[in-house]
Amino acid sequence: MATAAPPVQKTTIPFWRDTRILAVLFQVLFVIIVVGVLWFFYTTMMAGLRQANLLPSFAFLSQPASFSIGESVIAYDPSNTYGYALLIGVLNTIRVAIAGVILATIIGIILGISRLSENWLLRNVATVYVEIVRNVPLLLQLFMWLALTQTFPRQQDSISIFGLIYLHNRGVTMAWPVTGSDFGAWVPWLWLGLLAGIAFYVVRRIQFARRDRPGVAMPQAFLLAGAVVAIGYVFVGLSNGEWPLSLSIPELQRFNFVGGIGLTPGFAALLAGLVIYTSVFIGEIVRSGIQAVNKGQREAARALGLTPGQTLRLVIFPQALRIMIPPMTSQYLNLTKNSSLAVAVGYPDLFSIAGTTLNQTGQTVPVIMMVMAAYLTVSLVTSLFMNWYNKRIQLVER
Amino acid sequence: MATEVSQSQTRAPQPGIDVPGWLRKNLFSTWYNSLISVVLLVIVVQVVTGFFQWAFTTEGWIAAASNGRLILVGRYPAAELWRPQLALALVAILLGLSGGVWRGIAQALTIGFAGMMLVLTALWTQLPPANPPAPLTTELVLVGIAALVGGAYAAGRAGGERLRWPIIVGWFLAYPTIIMILQGFGGTAVPTNLWGGLMLTMLLSVSGIVLSFPLGVLLALGRRSSLPVVKFFCVVYIELIRGVPLITVLFMAQLMLPLFLPSEVRIDAVVRAVVAVTLFSAAYLAENVRGGLQSIPKGQVEAARALGLNVVKTTLLITLPQALKAVIPVLVGQFISLFKDTSLVAIIGLLDLLGVARAINTQPEWLGFPGGVWRETFFVVAVIYWIFSFTMSRSSRQIEANLNRGAR
Repeated sequence: MATAAPPVQKTTIPFWRDTRILAVLFQVLFVIIVVGVLWFFYTTMMAGLRQANLLPSFAFLSQPASFSIGESVIAYDPSNTYGYALLIGVLNTIRVAIAGVILATIIGIILGISRLSENWLLRNVATVYVEIVRNVPLLLQLFMWLALTQTFPRQQDSISIFGLIYLHNRGVTMAWPVTGSDFGAWVPWLWLGLLAGIAFYVVRRIQFARRDRPGVAMPQAFLLAGAVVAIGYVFVGLSNGEWPLSLSIPELQRFNFVGGIGLTPGFAALLAGLVIYTSVFIGEIVRSGIQAVNKGQREAARALGLTPGQTLRLVIFPQALRIMIPPMTSQYLNLTKNSSLAVAVGYPDLFSIAGTTLNQTGQTVPVIMMVMAAYLTVSLVTSLFMNWYNKRIQLVER
Repeated sequence: MATEVSQSQTRAPQPGIDVPGWLRKNLFSTWYNSLISVVLLVIVVQVVTGFFQWAFTTEGWIAAASNGRLILVGRYPAAELWRPQLALALVAILLGLSGGVWRGIAQALTIGFAGMMLVLTALWTQLPPANPPAPLTTELVLVGIAALVGGAYAAGRAGGERLRWPIIVGWFLAYPTIIMILQGFGGTAVPTNLWGGLMLTMLLSVSGIVLSFPLGVLLALGRRSSLPVVKFFCVVYIELIRGVPLITVLFMAQLMLPLFLPSEVRIDAVVRAVVAVTLFSAAYLAENVRGGLQSIPKGQVEAARALGLNVVKTTLLITLPQALKAVIPVLVGQFISLFKDTSLVAIIGLLDLLGVARAINTQPEWLGFPGGVWRETFFVVAVIYWIFSFTMSRSSRQIEANLNRGAR
């Protein structure tokens, strides 16, 4: 039997049929093609730029920018450098993005809940609103908002909204909290509140862990911190006769408004456009998130005697949040990226300042690279943070 | 059996139309619902009456009306208008045939298309006559195209199943054919910088999907590839593009594309915008297709390999067809956002639908209007964008429902 078997011959696969070798060969070829194409672009570009005497360099960053910027978070002067001007742009982008994300989330949640309301009118008005807003391009909406701000009256005849917000042709003036002269006396209380909150949270967590029971400590911790801060506020305010933080309400003087915070028409138009457009998409995410929660959960909560509000807040929303986080992240990123449309409404964000820099210096390649790198950084940091938050929330599920 | 009977016996009595009851249940169930209802009612009445008052009293409509051609085709020369009309007729025939053969969504779209043509005709008859009078008036062409859709629909119904493949092939050939018709054979008749309006918007978004399709599928396959170099390259490309705003890609294409190519190669702004939109859209398309690929059960690939299919055949015959079918609704969604995003080319100075609207607003004829005519022109353009996006999103929902029904 054993001798009948033919001697096992070591068969070798010819190399053109060996997938391992083919894979290596294919990848080498791929790299050669990609690098070749990129190299071709690079050499053509460098040759052209050398001819135009515009070789890419980052030296312009330390030259004076000599253009003015309409608004900035920190002090800026045309004698500052291009690098500093671009920093102003980054800060302006972050400013509108943060304000936009907060407002869009609040309005979006309201919209999403309205879409599921028992109230026929509310539900249908919300649906019509969503269908109108999300099917019209954002840029068109921004142009409309900008054109609208230009129809506002002079400051003397401002449109007043409850005496807190004034609309006029120079933008928007609205009430805003300002720090008093003895704000410094309140700062220790803020720290104390923060420490008390954290300490309480940690202690409660340890207690839960020891008893091996689930529990919620966050709301009480916030309450405690808030209470400490509030006591400090009253204490400092009473002892010094001036509140450390107060709401400054704009008042019309002879020529302009005093007090409050002023928003330029560009910022107001951009913020309005971004918030209204994004909130509609957030609303849809909230709605589908709530709808995705098992119907039995709602019924069980109602059967336990929870009010509709409690059901939503304590049972439905925490579960819906898990489904909502990933699409919400991409909406936040969309909002940040869409803020680059500021260039169309005259708000000096990163992209618009980069455009001016590019026109003045002719340094196309470095400027575009820097802008892209900045947006990429924001995108990556945001998605890292949201992934972390997502993971933390997912752990709640057992 | 017994349970069924008892169920039918205990079913609640069907209420008739009971207005007070309906109101109490849907508008005034609790005190806060009543409050919301009243406040909303006041707002809705205010907004709606305000809107109609404006719409019927304003005289600014004339700006959009007298620029009808600019809105539809931009600065496309009047003598060559037969080209977009022929292209539209081609789409009409294909759409009508598809509607007749497939029914369902295609049929609804056919009816909508024909209706739109008739509405446009009605609008056009309100306009002052062209100067000099054209031999073939726009009204006549529009009615003709509406008739063409109807004829094609009838032909499609008569032809039935055997027309399926010719129509699919026709749709695939439609894009290059239309580009050739619009450009003139050899690209000499009408330079692309004269293209504009709704035509340019459609062209950019269709190009964005059609041209980015092969690239996007390759990127999706590459991202799931076991070859580390290919995978790395695809991941970097996709994440890079998805991490930056479209406007930076558009600017890059406008400013850097000419630098990348030898100076003999000159490409105009529209082509550069198409390149930017294609590169941008490919990254998003790749992620959508990847989602579809991930939804294919592993057994499909294993079965294909067990049958002796090699990697290429497995991909082309087994995984890709299933994946692409599963992501059709998502791709329609991507097309909608691309359709809206193409408005960004207005920032780089192209006269797409939005660019045209801005151009109309600054025409000197309308300076006398108090507050300008931006409300009317922007409204008209917004309605055009809205009709297309809304129709597409409805269709995608319908397609999704149909696919789910098949899968169940």
